[in-house]
Amino acid sequence: MTTAARSTVRVAAKERLADGVVALTLVDPDGARLPDWTPGSHVDLVLPTGDTRQYSLCGDRWDASAYRVAVLREPAGRGGSAWVHEELAVGDLVGLGGPRNQFRLVPAPRYLFLAGGIGITPILAMVDAARRLGADWRLVYGGRTRASMAFLDELDDERVTVWPQDERGLLPLADLLTGLDDGTRVYCCGPAPLLDAVEATCPPGLLRTERFVAREQGAPVRDEPFTVVLDRTGAEVVVTPEVSVLEAVRAAGADVLSSCRQGTCGTCETTVLAGDPDHRDSVLDEAERAAGDCLLVCVSRSRGDRLVLDL
Amino acid sequence: MTAVLPTLDLDPFDPEVLRDPLPAQAALRDAGPLVRLPRYDTWAVARYAEVHAALSDWQSFESAAGVGLTNFRTGTPWRPPSLLLEADPPHHDAPRAVLAKVLGPRALRRLRADWLADAEALVEEVLPGGTVELDAVPTLAAAFPLRVFPDAVGLARKGREHLLPYGDHAFNAFGPTDNPLVLAGNAAMPEHAGWVAQQCERENLAPVGFGADIWAAADRGELTSAQAPLVVRSLLTAGVDTTVHGIGAVLHALAVTPGAWQALRERPELVRVAFDEAVRWESPVQAFFRTTVRDVPVGDAVVPAGEKVLVFFAAANRDPRRWADPDAFDLSRDPSGHVGFGMGIHQCVGQHVARLEAESLLTALLARVTALELAGDPVRHLNNTLRSWESLPLRLVC
Repeated sequence: MTTAARSTVRVAAKERLADGVVALTLVDPDGARLPDWTPGSHVDLVLPTGDTRQYSLCGDRWDASAYRVAVLREPAGRGGSAWVHEELAVGDLVGLGGPRNQFRLVPAPRYLFLAGGIGITPILAMVDAARRLGADWRLVYGGRTRASMAFLDELDDERVTVWPQDERGLLPLADLLTGLDDGTRVYCCGPAPLLDAVEATCPPGLLRTERFVAREQGAPVRDEPFTVVLDRTGAEVVVTPEVSVLEAVRAAGADVLSSCRQGTCGTCETTVLAGDPDHRDSVLDEAERAAGDCLLVCVSRSRGDRLVLDL
Repeated sequence: MTAVLPTLDLDPFDPEVLRDPLPAQAALRDAGPLVRLPRYDTWAVARYAEVHAALSDWQSFESAAGVGLTNFRTGTPWRPPSLLLEADPPHHDAPRAVLAKVLGPRALRRLRADWLADAEALVEEVLPGGTVELDAVPTLAAAFPLRVFPDAVGLARKGREHLLPYGDHAFNAFGPTDNPLVLAGNAAMPEHAGWVAQQCERENLAPVGFGADIWAAADRGELTSAQAPLVVRSLLTAGVDTTVHGIGAVLHALAVTPGAWQALRERPELVRVAFDEAVRWESPVQAFFRTTVRDVPVGDAVVPAGEKVLVFFAAANRDPRRWADPDAFDLSRDPSGHVGFGMGIHQCVGQHVARLEAESLLTALLARVTALELAGDPVRHLNNTLRSWESLPLRLVC
């Protein structure tokens, strides 16, 4: 039983969806279930280049064997998307963090979904949930050109308005966001100018957005061993890439409980006394991750070469 | 080739089985990965691998048709279904996300020091001088959760005596509706349920506590105001009896296992392991049902769509295919991965609360009590879902 297998996924399919957009189907290398997720969730993909990128899950969560993400090639980006487009091949392994959800679908009688370009990805899962919930919903999906817009074939529904900029201009936000009743929740994901415009127009209590801001990675996620110090006993243990911190500290005599072993239940939360955690769980929110004072040792690791735990 | 499906004429709700379920659990495990139970026209999984798989696979095994014997698609629930236990995605998503945060390990950090102080105070009251003999069920196992949990929720003082009978009936009601335990509880239920429903309303909850946190989530739009009281109800249904019986289980285990109390005194950092090992060993929640949403293969057989399947946590927790010497309560074991709290998206959302309660009480007891032993024959309390003690006479030596 290796941990590497649980935090690694294999590319099972790579498919061109639209101009500049590929979809990846990701599976567990051993065919196991992947961790459960909810609409709005994203995963971290740790590319063989050492880069970490976040992508919204946009597949069918009723199929626990696969994740789907869609990747827009961004010429102005830092190279991660170009690598996915050009180099990543079916059969390759990539590291996985999460899933985590900072963009939850809250219960509401009515939803207005606004998607711009690749921002359709989290919205796609939300549309599916809204359908299943029997909510009243509408999606307005904008993009540069029809050919650049992914998933149009999956959005053949009278409640979906497709709005290619070259045919229809910018999204008519003033019309869309005027006269909304208090029960409506507006979910918007897309490029920064769209989000800025929506935030300027939409009644604030109704709006939820997600911004894809590339996280500054101070150092690449380690693919080399690091040392964990068990502060209470003074023991030190080297954690190699094949084992989890949980397995390593248990082998060193620390009686840490765990349950799900996929970073979702929180049972193995351990206090960090020193070091820089590499959070790969789905329990902690951004503020908790930034605090750096705890670690879900079943999946999370270290960015630096030394981590001191209260064990 | 069609395998012969094992069939057992076994009633999991028979009082004799409830009194000593271990032989029935072993029979279910040994019969095969999937067993037919014609008595209730239902199916059962009792081996660890199949139990773990069924609990994880919410896509095939739904909860919204009820996690008791009654199929909500054809029968009537005795109360409005739980938004957590008796719901599936996507309806389950928002209530689960809110409660997971409210009851999460990080939220509990602020309670830690207070609960340890409460435990020390309770132990002080129970052990005024030297060695005592007492019934650990009312004086410790029930007293401690009732001392800290209703306050943590923010419940009014008046009427708290409804909590244990309400929970007891709710867990009985997962069994057959014509079962003697269910029938015996029916008469008093409107009164208990009425009090519980009242406490779930915002105006009856203290301004600080889990209940207020749930309503605050509703104010932020993370729940609807119609969902909020039902989410509070989940705390009151599932958060009291279960922890009482979990603490009873660990006290019993420590009293009857030679050397265990001494081992824990020498290594008090093992209290969390001790509690989870007790939850594995005793499985305070014995089993829940799931309902197949399609034809689902299990082992060599297939459960047809729309069938109730008894998922036997307790049997899985003592499956020798998974656990070495499963019947031993063993503090040197790693109990991680037990299914006493369930597994998957419905895994007990209050598990960290239960662990903190047990850890607080055991820590306070370990500081005072040098030896823990039985002072008489313990008596079982029968419940269709829970395994628990009515009475647990203990001698606490100090």
